[in-house]
Order: sequence, then structure tokens, then C-alpha cells
Amino acid sequence: MTPLLAQTEAASGSAEFWVFIVIGAVALGSALSMVLLRNAVHAALMLVVNFFAIAVLYATLDAQFLAVAQIIVYAGAIVVLFLFVLMLLGVAGDQAFTGRIAGQKTTAVLLGLALFGVLAAGVAAPFLGEGTACNVPVEQRVDAEGPLCEGLAVANADGNVRGVGFLIFTDYVWPFEVTSVLLVVAAIGAIVLGKRREDPGELTDAPASAVPALRDDDDDEAASDEDAAEPAAAGASEDDEEGTR
Amino acid sequence: MEAYLTSYATVLALTVAGILLVALAFAVSRLVRPDREYGFKLSSYECGIDPVGTGWSHTHIRYYMFAFMFVIFDVETLFIFPWAVVLGTSEHQRFIFGVMLVFLFFVTITLPYEWKKGVLKWV
Repeated sequence: MTPLLAQTEAASGSAEFWVFIVIGAVALGSALSMVLLRNAVHAALMLVVNFFAIAVLYATLDAQFLAVAQIIVYAGAIVVLFLFVLMLLGVAGDQAFTGRIAGQKTTAVLLGLALFGVLAAGVAAPFLGEGTACNVPVEQRVDAEGPLCEGLAVANADGNVRGVGFLIFTDYVWPFEVTSVLLVVAAIGAIVLGKRREDPGELTDAPASAVPALRDDDDDEAASDEDAAEPAAAGASEDDEEGTR
Repeated sequence: MEAYLTSYATVLALTVAGILLVALAFAVSRLVRPDREYGFKLSSYECGIDPVGTGWSHTHIRYYMFAFMFVIFDVETLFIFPWAVVLGTSEHQRFIFGVMLVFLFFVTITLPYEWKKGVLKWV
């Protein structure tokens, strides 16, 4: 019997096991419906359910900081970002987003399999081999129902948030500072890409069909050499902006 | 592990109480409200001009910027929590404080940049 199976059997009676079964089912179901739902906004809402389920799994794994981060950043901010993008593109379904890239499906399947392999290796690695995080086999452990990895108990000795904070501000100070620079770069990139056509004349909430200048943005994505065919008004506003640059 | 999960009993109780509260509010309103439904009640606006087109319209990319800024400052806030927990008890207080100041400087520098670029204008 492999250590992995032994551990599963030892835990099968516990409350944690049933929480894992139920929440795992919720996570899988919401992930599947996120992929399969036709309405993009419904898919985004399923993503919220999925994020919450994953957060509960993190909490049962004794990673409270990660659980709260999952809810605050992903279920809170990232999904808002997704919804804004959906509103930006329009969710009427009039645009075909499939089959844009040649060999898209094959590439997606291959990359998905590769990701699955990496994740499976990451999950299995602590239980295999000797010089890993859990190099004490289950049979040799004093307490069979004790923590899976001794390293986790050591890291969480003073509480999870304190452990994470201690590591961030000692061993991982440099990545932490680089994170701030990364955030700045992302913000500047978004501003540069998003502020291409800023003109007070087109600041309306009217649908795209009513405002020619907004339409141009969409057309530009498809073919950038359409400038000559643009309406005169939009051309003028573009000239204005290039003058102010 | 049992003892560990029971520490989340408060969270579970709060979640159940929240769901019950909403369910109760809906149930009470269903009992109390008058129930004379006809087709016109289901229209978007019972009076006024009929809506044209669908509810979905293209929003300007300008509003995406606000969501993006929200994400960035959300991540910034997230890192402040472990910092605040560690700061009080560590023996390297000045170092940790300085590290966070540098982090905050870099993240906050985006704000005057956006201000100057006019991204923050809500029109």
C-alpha cells in the first residue's frame, strides 16, 4: 500500500474528509459549469463559487492566509475585473470568439494535459522519494493521524498569518519588493493600452452603435490599416490627440 | 482534526444565519405582498419610455481602469495584514517597517501617475 492511500484511509472517518468530499464536489461542479455555460456572466459567477470552494479547501489545509487572500483578491477583485472585461467586449454573443487561432483546440488540450501533469507531480512529490518535504514514511511516524508534513506544523507554529508574514519579511523580502514593481508595471501597461483614444467628445455611455468614435476602437483591433476609411469626425479627434501627446 | 474544524463553527453559524436571514426576508415578503400578477408587471419599467435594445451595452475601457486599480490596491492591502501581525513581535522592526515603506512607495507612485494621465477622471 502506498503512503498516499494509507493516509487517505486514516482520514476517511474524519470531518475533514467529508468537508473535502463535499467542497471538492462543489469546486469541480462550479468549474465545469464555468467552462460549459454559454452566458459569460453566469460563467463568471460560477467562478466566484469555485473561488469560495477553493478557499474553504485552503482553510481545511491550515492555510488561513491563503484562504482569505483567495476570497479578497480572487473572488473580490479579479472577478470584478473579469466582469468589466465582459462588459467591455459585450456579452450579446454576436462576436464569435472561437476558432480565431489556428490549432487552438489542439494547443489547449496539450497545454491542459501539461498543466495536469505538473499539478499531479506537485501533489505527489512530497509523498515520493526520500529527500522531499515529507521524508518520513507514514509507517514510521509516531502519530499516524498527525500532520501530513512536519514542515507545515513547524511553519504554522505561531499561527499561519504570522508564519507567512515572517517568511515574507525575512527570506522572501526581495520577491516581495519585486511584487510592488510588478504591480506598478501592470498599472502603467494598463494605462498605456487603455488610454489610446481619450477624447472628451466621446465620453458617453451610449451603445457602441450610436457613437462612431467608440466603434473605431473595435475596428482597430481587427485591422489597423482602416484609418483611411474612418469617418471624418473620428479622424479629427485622433489628430487632436496626437497633437497633445 | 475534529478540534481544528470546530474552530470554524462560528464561521459556519454566521454563514447559515446570513442565508436564513435572506431566506426569511424573501419568505415574509412573499406572504405579505399582494399577489395579482399580470404580464405588464414583468416589464422592465411599468411606466415611462419602453427600453430600446438589450440591457448589455459596451462600456468604455476607462471604467476597466478603476477595476484594475482596485485589484492593485487590493493586493497592496493584502500584504499589509501579515506585515502588521509580524511588526509588533519581530526583533527586526525597523527593517520590516522600511521594507513596507519601499513597497508602499512603489505601489502608491501609480496614483499620481494616473492622476497626471487623467485616468482617474470619472466622466
